[in-house]
Amino acid sequence: MAVATFRIWRGNSEGGEFRDYTTEVFPGMVVLDAVHRIQAEQANDLAVRWNCKAGKCGSCSAEINGNPRLMCMTRLNSLPLDRPVALQPMRAFPPIKDLVTDVSWNYRVKKTIRKFEPRPPDDGNGTWLMAQADVDRVQEFRRCIECYLCQDVCHVLREHSLHDYFVGPRFLVHTAALEMHPLDIGSRTGDLKNQHGISYCNITKCCTKVCPEGIAITDNAIIPLKERVVDEYFDPVRKLFRILRT
Amino acid sequence: MPEYQTHDYDVLVIGAGGAGLRAAIEASANGVRVGVITKSLLGKAHTVMAEGGIAAALSNTDERDDWKVHFADTMRGGQYVNNWRMAELHAKEAPERVRELEAWGALFDRTKDGRILQRNFGGHRYPRLAHVGDRTGLEMIRTLQDHGIHLGMEVHMEATVLKLLKDDQGRIAGAFGYERERGRFLLFHAKAVVLATGGIGRAYKVTSNSWEYTGDGHSLAYDAGASLMDMEFVQFHPTGMIWPPSVCGILVTEGVRGEGGVLKNIEGRRFMFDDIPENYRSQTADNEEEGWRYTQGDRDARRPPELLTRDHVARCIMREIREGRGSPHGGVYLDIAWIKNRIPKGAEHIKRKLPSMYHQFKQLADIDITEEPMEVGPTTHYMMGGVRVDADTQMSDVPGLFAAGECAAGLHGANRLGGNSLSDLLVFGKRAGEHAARFANKNGSATRLRLDSEQIKSLAHTALAAFEREGESPYDVQFDLQDLMQKLVGIVRREEEMRGALDGIEQLKKRAEAVAVAGNREYNGGWHTALDLPHLLSVSEMITRAAIERKESRGAHFREDYPQKNDSEWRCNIVVRRSESGQMTVRRQPIPEMPCELKQIISEMK
Ligand SMILES: Cc1cc2nc3c(=O)[nH]c(=O)nc-3n(C[C@H](O)[C@H](O)[C@H](O)COP(=O)(O)OP(=O)(O)OC[C@H]3O[C@@H](n4cnc5c(N)ncnc54)[C@H](O)[C@@H]3O)c2cc1C
Ligand code: SF4
Ligand code: SF4
Ligand code: FES
Repeated sequence: MAVATFRIWRGNSEGGEFRDYTTEVFPGMVVLDAVHRIQAEQANDLAVRWNCKAGKCGSCSAEINGNPRLMCMTRLNSLPLDRPVALQPMRAFPPIKDLVTDVSWNYRVKKTIRKFEPRPPDDGNGTWLMAQADVDRVQEFRRCIECYLCQDVCHVLREHSLHDYFVGPRFLVHTAALEMHPLDIGSRTGDLKNQHGISYCNITKCCTKVCPEGIAITDNAIIPLKERVVDEYFDPVRKLFRILRT
Repeated sequence: MPEYQTHDYDVLVIGAGGAGLRAAIEASANGVRVGVITKSLLGKAHTVMAEGGIAAALSNTDERDDWKVHFADTMRGGQYVNNWRMAELHAKEAPERVRELEAWGALFDRTKDGRILQRNFGGHRYPRLAHVGDRTGLEMIRTLQDHGIHLGMEVHMEATVLKLLKDDQGRIAGAFGYERERGRFLLFHAKAVVLATGGIGRAYKVTSNSWEYTGDGHSLAYDAGASLMDMEFVQFHPTGMIWPPSVCGILVTEGVRGEGGVLKNIEGRRFMFDDIPENYRSQTADNEEEGWRYTQGDRDARRPPELLTRDHVARCIMREIREGRGSPHGGVYLDIAWIKNRIPKGAEHIKRKLPSMYHQFKQLADIDITEEPMEVGPTTHYMMGGVRVDADTQMSDVPGLFAAGECAAGLHGANRLGGNSLSDLLVFGKRAGEHAARFANKNGSATRLRLDSEQIKSLAHTALAAFEREGESPYDVQFDLQDLMQKLVGIVRREEEMRGALDGIEQLKKRAEAVAVAGNREYNGGWHTALDLPHLLSVSEMITRAAIERKESRGAHFREDYPQKNDSEWRCNIVVRRSESGQMTVRRQPIPEMPCELKQIISEMK
C-alpha cells in the first residue's frame, strides 16, 4: 500500500498552521483526489474549492510545494512523495479557511472594465462576418478559466498589495480580449493607463509561466496593450498618422 | 435567535449556469430587481464544462437544415414523450438565442465565408452545433456572465438555498439559505423564483458531474409541492474516462466521434455496426467508408453508427463489456488517432479540433490521443427529468415558481440529444426570466412573506442539527447512496433490484438524519455534504419510483424485465408529486394531442 503525506495549511483569516495528513495513494491520482480522501476520512471540515476536476472551471487553485497550480491537474507522480507535499492557499488573496481564499476582489475589478461594444451588424438579420484567423487571436484570451493563478504570482499584487491600483494580469488579458475582438469598437486605453495601472507591470512574465491554459499573457496581451497606450498617449506623430490613415 | 441577513428582490434566480444567467439577464432587461444565488463562484457552474456545442438550426453549414428538422430530430431522440410545444419553441428560437450571444461578445468558430461554423453531433441530421473548439460551455457562460454583471443584478456567490418559502395563498414568496463561506443564514423575499439548479449526477458513483449536482432544485420544488416529470430518464453518456481510477467518469466529448473517432472492442471490431435500431436505419451509414465521408462533411453520406443517440451507444458499449469483449480496464476503445491515415497533418488536426481532450488525456492519463486509442465507458451525465413546467412560460404548478435548464423537464423526453442542453438553457432561460418578471410585476404587491421568528428559528435549527450530535460522517452516507444507485438503478434496470433500492434509500434516510459534523460553520465541507443529503435522497427516490412505474424500455430507461418499447401503454409521462399527507405519489400523465402541422413535420422527416 503506497502512502503519502500532505502538509496542509489549516486556518482562517485570523491565522493558522500546517498539519500533516497521511493517506493512501493510487496510480493516476491528482492532488485534489488526495485532498478529497483526507476530507472524507480524516478532516471532514477541510475547506477546498473545486468543480470540474478536469482543468476547466479554475476553482481549485492553490500553492503546491510553493508553486501556484490547479490541484485537479497536478498528478502525484509529478511530485516527490518521499517528503510531505505542502499545500497552501493562494497568498495574494485574503484567506477564508484552509485552502479557500477570498477572491471577490477579482469580481469587483471586472465590473470596472468597459463592456463589449460591437460595431453594427454586417447583415440585415443581425449577424456578423469574421475570418477564423481574426477569431483565433482572441480565442487564446477567451480560453481563460479565471483561476487567478496569474494574479497570485504577480509581484505587484502578491508582494506590494497594489490591488487598488492595478487590475492584474487576468484583467489585462480580459481587456486584450475586448480590445482585439474583431467586432469591438470601444476603447479602453485611457482606463488602462489611468485606472487600471498597466504601467505597474514590468514584464517579469511570472504570470505567463503559471497560466494553466498556456495563454501567452505577457507577449500576446500585455505588451500589445502597452503599445496601444504608448501610441495613444505618448507618441503624437503616430497618433496623428493613425487618425489620417483611418 | 439565529442571525440572518434579509434581501428583497422581485425575481430571485437560483443558479448561475447558462439557464440562471440567461433568466437573470432577461428579468433585469424587463426592469425588475434581480438577485442571483449560486453555490459556487460566478462562472464555475456546470455549464462551463460543456464541450461540444450549442444546437441551433442556423443552416450556415448545411442550408437544408431548418427548425422543422431540428424539431423532428429532438422528438425522435426523445422517443416522442417530449413536450412537443417545448421542442417546437426550442427549435424555432435557438438560432436567435445563439446570434444574440455573438452580439454580446461570444466568438464561435467560423465557416470559410465568415459565419458561425456548425459541427455534427449524435442524432442531429445536419451539422448543427455552433461551437468553440471543445470549450463551448466556457464561451457561453463567460459571455453571459460578462454581459450580466453590467445589468445591475446582485449575485450571491457561494450561497445555498435550503428551502423555498410560500405565502399563505400557496404562492412562492422567497427562499431560505446560507452563505457557504461564513455559514451565516440568508432570508430572501421574492415575488417570483426561477429554479436553474442543474442536475442530479452525484446520486451515482460514476458521473461526469461535479459536487454541485445534488438535485437541489428538483428536491426544493418537490418540497414546495410542485410536480416533477420524467424522473426515470437519466442519461448515461457513452464515453466517460475509465482509467486511471481517479478520473473515472470524466467526460470524453461526443465531438471526438463527430470528428471521425470510432468505437472498437478488444478484437478491433467496430461493434456499432452490429446493432442499428430500426427507426434510424435509413439515416445511418452501412459501411465504414460512408461513415467517414459523413464526418468530413460529405452531404450525400449518412452518419456512422457511432453517432446514434447516446442511450443506444451506451447500451452497445455495455453489451461489449458484459460479453467479455471490453478493453483491459473494463471499457471499450475510442480511436481518433486512426484519422491520421486519412488526413494530412492528422495529429495537428486532432489537436486543433479537440484541444481540451488532447490536454485532458495527456495530463491525466498519460495518453496521447493522436497516437493511441482512449479507453472509455458509460458515465452518468444528464437528467432529462425535472420540474414540470408550462412550455411557454416555464412556470411550474406552484404559482410564481419557474424552472429552466437541466432542472426542468419536457424538452428532451426520454433522451436528450447532445448540444440540445446549451440551447435549452438559452431559449427557456430567457422565457423563464421574462415570465418571472411579468409575474412579479402583476402579482407582486399581493405577495409578502410573513414568516415569524419561530419558523426561521426552526429552519436554522434543522440546518445546524448535525453540529449538535455524535454520529457517522455524511460522506459515508453519500458514498453508500452512490453505490446503491449505480448498482440498482443504473443503465440496466430490473424490478426487484429497484425495490431493493427503495428499501436501501429508506435506511439511508435514517442514517442521513443522524450524521454528525465537526468544526464550525465556516466553509465546512462536511456540513455542506450533510445538507445536500436530503436532496440526493429525495431525487434518488423519485428516480427509482418512476423507473419502477415505467414497465417498458424507452430512451435512456432500459428495463431488462421489459426490454421492448410499448407505445400503446407507455407513450405518456410519469409525474411525481408529494401528496397532502407527505407521501410520494407517482401517476401517469397522458401527452396532449400534437397539432397537425407538427405531426406532419414528423411524418415527413421519418
Ligand atoms: C462534461 C460535460 C459536458 C457537456 N457538454 C455539453 C455540450 O457540449 N452541449 C450541451 O448542450 N450540453 C452539454 N452538457 C450538459 C450541459 O452542460 C448542462 O446540462 C447544462 O450546463 C446545465 O445548465 P444549467 O444552467 O441548467 O445548470 P448549471 O450550469 O449546472 O448551473 C446550476 C447552478 O445552480 C446552482 N445551484 C444548484 N443548487 C443550488 C442551491 N441549492 N442553492 C443555490 N444555487 C444552487 C449552482 O451553483 C449553479 O450555479 C455537458 C455536461 C457535462 C457535465
Ligand atoms: S508580467 Fe506583469 S502582470 Fe505578469 S507577473 Fe510580471 S508584473 Fe505581473
Ligand atoms: S490568464 Fe491563465 S492564469 Fe490567469 S486567470 Fe486566466 S487561466 Fe488563470
Ligand atoms: S476543479 Fe475545475 S479546474 Fe480544478
